[in-house]
Amino acid sequence: MVSQKSKTESNRIVISVIGPDRVGIIAGVTAILAENSVNILDINQTVMQEFFVMVLVADMAGAKVDLVKLKDLLALKGDQLQVRIDAQHEDVFNYMHRI
Amino acid sequence: MLTIEEILETIKMVQEEKLDIRTITMGISLRDCADADHQKACRKIYDKITRLAGPLVKTGEDIAREYGLPIVNKRISVTPIALVAEASSEEDYCKYAATLDRAAAEVGVNFIGGFSALVHKGFTVGDTRLIRSIPGALSSTERVCASVNVATSRAGINMDAITMLSRVIKETAELTAAQDSIGCAKLVVFANVPEDNPFMAGAFHGVGEPDCVINTGVSGPGVVKSAIKRAGSADLGALSETIKKTAFKITRMGELVGRTAARRLNVPFGIVDLSLAPTPAVGDSVAEILEEMGLERCGAPGSTAALALLNDAVKKGGAMASSYVGGLSGAFIPVSEDSGMINAVNEGALTIEKLEAMTAVCSVGLDMIAIPGDTADETIAAIIADEAAIGVFNHKTTAVRIIPAVGKKVGDQVEFGGLLGRAPVMAVNGFSSEKFVHRGGRIPAPIHSLRN
Repeated sequence: MVSQKSKTESNRIVISVIGPDRVGIIAGVTAILAENSVNILDINQTVMQEFFVMVLVADMAGAKVDLVKLKDLLALKGDQLQVRIDAQHEDVFNYMHRI
Repeated sequence: MLTIEEILETIKMVQEEKLDIRTITMGISLRDCADADHQKACRKIYDKITRLAGPLVKTGEDIAREYGLPIVNKRISVTPIALVAEASSEEDYCKYAATLDRAAAEVGVNFIGGFSALVHKGFTVGDTRLIRSIPGALSSTERVCASVNVATSRAGINMDAITMLSRVIKETAELTAAQDSIGCAKLVVFANVPEDNPFMAGAFHGVGEPDCVINTGVSGPGVVKSAIKRAGSADLGALSETIKKTAFKITRMGELVGRTAARRLNVPFGIVDLSLAPTPAVGDSVAEILEEMGLERCGAPGSTAALALLNDAVKKGGAMASSYVGGLSGAFIPVSEDSGMINAVNEGALTIEKLEAMTAVCSVGLDMIAIPGDTADETIAAIIADEAAIGVFNHKTTAVRIIPAVGKKVGDQVEFGGLLGRAPVMAVNGFSSEKFVHRGGRIPAPIHSLRN
């Protein structure tokens, strides 16, 4: 069933970072992605009210870890940086916002 | 490419507005498990459920993590047990209920629906045995849910079944009195029951369904409420548009999760039930949506009109978002599972009569309502008959899930905990319906049943 899954599902994920702005957020997140061979396709960042918001689209096709493991690594980094980091499969957003 | 605003909108829906997938429900046919020997039948039932639903909970948890979308419940619905158990000479179907309970516990689901019978036109031997076994089954199991369909727009209303069930409800309340009569929270009496409903306690796997299927039920009252709030002083037409767009987005999540789960479990995808299902959590309430629309409290005059607008807009938006819509699909208005409803009852804004009117335009019926434990059987039967009449004569599903809480009086509270919540005991009209109910028989189907 795993092989069927990888054939039919895309590997793109959306990583979101939300929290108070501080030094090292982008470096911290991208380092984890590089260490695990997750390829960054697009980075977008903005400041909404006083919050730093970064959204990153990445491809996990060559990744060394699965999404669940990557989420754990990012969440741990988020705790250190005192920001909220989450990774979700891109389909969630495409299904909701694209027909 | 997705915009940052779109991505943040989705994240906000989940994190702040409590968007979740309420349930992934695996429907399993047990028709091939019938056996003259009930022990053999129970073994086949246990084996089939645990084989097919074994990976259900794990798959649901995986999808929830990967998509970052909470999937609150993983559940199972099965063929109405009356149809399966009838082949055996066993008269006490509690043994079948115990088997379902064991299988549910083994695979880790919190509810299993389908201790059910369809008696809208009359009873078979198996139907009667099942209904008689309901109090014992619900008081001796933890996860089993029961439902009985007593009326359809084609067949009319089986008053004898309703009378029988009013006694079953009272007996179930007595047997589970120590837990605030919680057994009754797991028993639904339906009119026009859908055969692919993923929501408990009324879920079962209909006879026209495939061997195994995945159905999903979405939720999201908090998302709709926030959208209405953002719409400000928009007129009702604009409000309907806002709700439609929001319902579309919510339902897309159900479609995505359902299809993904079905693919991974290698079973067909059935339907998305595009219901607004509240929970007792603040901000996850259908009553609060009506209040956001401009009513001081849910139950105030205008509540039926507001609910009609909401229900219709949810269907219109949701229908566009899914290729197969089914189940109950609409807004649920349970009392104990909705903090806004509970407040409305406590403040005297919401009565059973107003709820009954609202059920004419919502997706289900009088749901999770606690009434005094000494309410007459005939009064309960008459409440069910009224609700069935609304369903049968308006071609919609209606249901009654009522709890005559033993030893409780109007104003007392019953506590079920978890998703079932807590309910204030509501006043019931004290005038007698006894003679009407005791006439028995079947109310014929309405004239518009002849539209063939």
